[in-house]
Amino acid sequence: MKEKTALFSLFGDKKKRGRFVSFAIVIAAYIIIEILLKSGSLSSLFKSLLVPITCYVVASIGLNLNVGISGELNLGQAGFMSVGAFCAICVSGILAGTVTAGIPRLIIAIICGAVLAGIFGFVIGIPVLKLQGDYLAIVTLAFGQIIKSIFMNTYIGFDSDGLHFSFVDSKFKLQPGGKMLLNGPMGATGTQKIANFTVGIILVLIALLIVYNLMFSRSGRAIMAARDNRIAAESVGIPISRTKMLAFVVSASLAGAAGGLYGLNYATLVPNKFDFNTSILILVYVVLGGLGNMTGTIISTVVLILLPELLRSLQDYRMLIYAVVLILIMLVTNNDWLKTKWKSLTSRKAKGGASNG
Amino acid sequence: MADHTDNNVKTPVLDVQELGIDFGGLTAVNDLNMQVYDGEIVGLIGPNGAGKTTVFNLLTKVYKPSRGRIIFDGKDTAGKSVVDINKAGIARTFQNIRLFGNLSVLDNVKTGFHNVTPYSPITAILRLPKYFTSEREIDEKARDLLKIMELDKFADYTASNLPYGAQRRLEIARALATNPKLLLLDEPAAGMNPQETSELMDMIRFVRDHFKIAILLIEHDMKLVMGICERITVLNYGMMLAQGTPEEIQSNPEVIKAYLGD
Amino acid sequence: MQFLSYLINGLGLGSVYAIIALGYTMVYGIAKMLNFAHGDVIMVGSYIAFFALTKFGLPFPLAVLTAILVCTVLGVVIERLAYKPLRQAPSLAVLITAIGVSYFLQNGAQILWSSSSKVFPSVISAGSISIGAASVSYLTLLTIATCIVVMICLTLFINKTKTGSAMRACSEDKGASMLMGINVNQIISITFAIGSGLAAIASVLLASTYPSVYPTMGSMPGIKAFTAAVFGGIGSVPGAFVGGLILGIIEIFAKAYISTQLSDAIVFGVLIVILLIKPTGLLGKKINVKV
Repeated sequence: MKEKTALFSLFGDKKKRGRFVSFAIVIAAYIIIEILLKSGSLSSLFKSLLVPITCYVVASIGLNLNVGISGELNLGQAGFMSVGAFCAICVSGILAGTVTAGIPRLIIAIICGAVLAGIFGFVIGIPVLKLQGDYLAIVTLAFGQIIKSIFMNTYIGFDSDGLHFSFVDSKFKLQPGGKMLLNGPMGATGTQKIANFTVGIILVLIALLIVYNLMFSRSGRAIMAARDNRIAAESVGIPISRTKMLAFVVSASLAGAAGGLYGLNYATLVPNKFDFNTSILILVYVVLGGLGNMTGTIISTVVLILLPELLRSLQDYRMLIYAVVLILIMLVTNNDWLKTKWKSLTSRKAKGGASNG
Repeated sequence: MADHTDNNVKTPVLDVQELGIDFGGLTAVNDLNMQVYDGEIVGLIGPNGAGKTTVFNLLTKVYKPSRGRIIFDGKDTAGKSVVDINKAGIARTFQNIRLFGNLSVLDNVKTGFHNVTPYSPITAILRLPKYFTSEREIDEKARDLLKIMELDKFADYTASNLPYGAQRRLEIARALATNPKLLLLDEPAAGMNPQETSELMDMIRFVRDHFKIAILLIEHDMKLVMGICERITVLNYGMMLAQGTPEEIQSNPEVIKAYLGD
Repeated sequence: MQFLSYLINGLGLGSVYAIIALGYTMVYGIAKMLNFAHGDVIMVGSYIAFFALTKFGLPFPLAVLTAILVCTVLGVVIERLAYKPLRQAPSLAVLITAIGVSYFLQNGAQILWSSSSKVFPSVISAGSISIGAASVSYLTLLTIATCIVVMICLTLFINKTKTGSAMRACSEDKGASMLMGINVNQIISITFAIGSGLAAIASVLLASTYPSVYPTMGSMPGIKAFTAAVFGGIGSVPGAFVGGLILGIIEIFAKAYISTQLSDAIVFGVLIVILLIKPTGLLGKKINVKV
């Protein structure tokens, strides 16, 4: 148990190694991609995917905190992304005149998106976390749908008179030079694209830092304890709802930050982008990456976003193959025979937490 | 045992008065009166289905009593939640072991310090100095507890991979971490072999002396009960059948009848 | 009286939801899994009925029968290939597999039949009758009647037949059922067969009401019906029936009296409120944990 290689002993125990690996992977990927970008050897398609990938990685890390660490199935993560996205778009639109530099405006917008999504998470969490299991999951699905509906019906304009807001129908007239920030089902149009890859990578690193620091702390232990055994957790004085709420809100905030970056990466964004299918997509990244495993989540998110693109030459068949791959991965990773084989190969390490990342 | 005779003038740490609970039309516990004093080891015994675990669930507020009062540490516990009760100073173990299966043995104990050494999530996320001092303190105390329960060699094991007896001891360590005044042990020796049981008896005594706490335990192993309990309460059909020293209980004809049947 | 016609239309829509919800709830009750591909079985059923009617010129009843047959086989095949190997796997793995199956069906349909929507022929005469002041189309009446017939047949099947009681036993306790000599795998297959057959019936009604057929047409009715099943208490057959009807009525009323755009938000809002008042749905069982 104490045989550590010289390198790893620098970084302490297995848990800390897991942390180190995920940071290292992200930074290494960043350096490689920056080099490729400088040498101009990346296709424009790949370049266009860089920011979205970082967004989905952040949202997945957040969701894994909720699903993997806290053990509550959430089918509405895209809803929190859309809150972050449209909030950030509005903030950026409003600040366009005052904060002209892109990066500070981007950061302010992302923070606003994260905070608003966190508030949404808190408000939604109050009813949601009263429920358990599949019922909890279905309510997150319902809230995801409601959030989408709300944005489909929200009209926000900004002009020299300030902010205009209306619901269901656009009831206001803007002064000349004014700008529609949100336009109901059409969403946001004419957004200034200020997102960039470096900020995305920094966001991923911050997300990792937040989740890891939380996991390996009093709060993280409480969250995992409440997941593993509710009754025992209460018996040692851990308040279940408050503990689950913490994971839920942090998860929502991370999705909000991810959405904020995503929204400012495109000139137009429709509320339908963040529908049930997007929530499911993020859930797939998390489950394939491994519950509670942040490194796995990062890898699976990147691979699963790139996979359909790499299969592009197969045209119509790519999503079909994607579906088959998804099913096969689930069948193979849950095959009892293969599992025992795998265990016998790795049996020397029967110890260590399953929740390590 | 003689020094326990003056208990009558001391106030008990736990004072159960006319406690009762009904499930539907069924009375599971009725008219139970029972006291536990500081530093005492008290046994709660009775045939299967006598309502022993129900009493524990009532004491820890998993169930809300239908009747009666539970005074703990001089205060009525009415209206308190499971979490409140633990904060007030009652910790327990479970008959069907309830560990945090995916956490390491050490982390299982550390969860017990949740309210003993608290710091905020913000402190954790920002890794403020308080995080490091608190975590160091928690780590030291948790390892001490593991040593006492002879689990130190398992510290890094995943809890669900522990041998059965060790799992029971881990539950005790976790409960002790919450810094209780009263420890409730639900069949601590179940599934243990005679040698493990006798080690456990020493541990329970040591825990009582070291932490200066009261212990109330449910157990079927009569050797353990008679060996370490200073007083025993016998339950039958949810009612108190007898109360007294081990010697008194052993010679009580009612108790013998309840155990052996008619 | 507008109210009455809204109510009847709500019942009509609710009947479709109820029939789909029965499939969700039965599968959940017995296999304890959320079969997210159920909505896509409806899509397949619609396509089959569409081709049976237009390409092969089959009469309507025969077209419906073909759709039922194909969907039933499809349901059983999906269960055998994708879900059965995961009987012991964690529920999330099964959920993801169901999502994979859903993608597979949607994209398979897109390849086979293209993504452009097809107009479902109107086979049920467009006429309507007057009930009081409300005029109700024949289609709506047929939908409601079908739902009632399905519900009666299903209730009889579950309560009066041997297979039905085996199904009830499986939903209570799979392990004990196995010990009692019930072939659990067979029961699960039958459940999928019935659920998928019902989906085919729903698909024809759905495609007749909103006469367009396209690869993702099953998603939204699927989610709504799933909501209806949870509404009524997932795992409960009468619950799915009641939940479906209530959901349909709420949706139509919300569209009529509040706002068309917000009707979805209202439907899901009501679901949340119901679950907060009754955490296991209207007719769901309370789960007790032994300490």
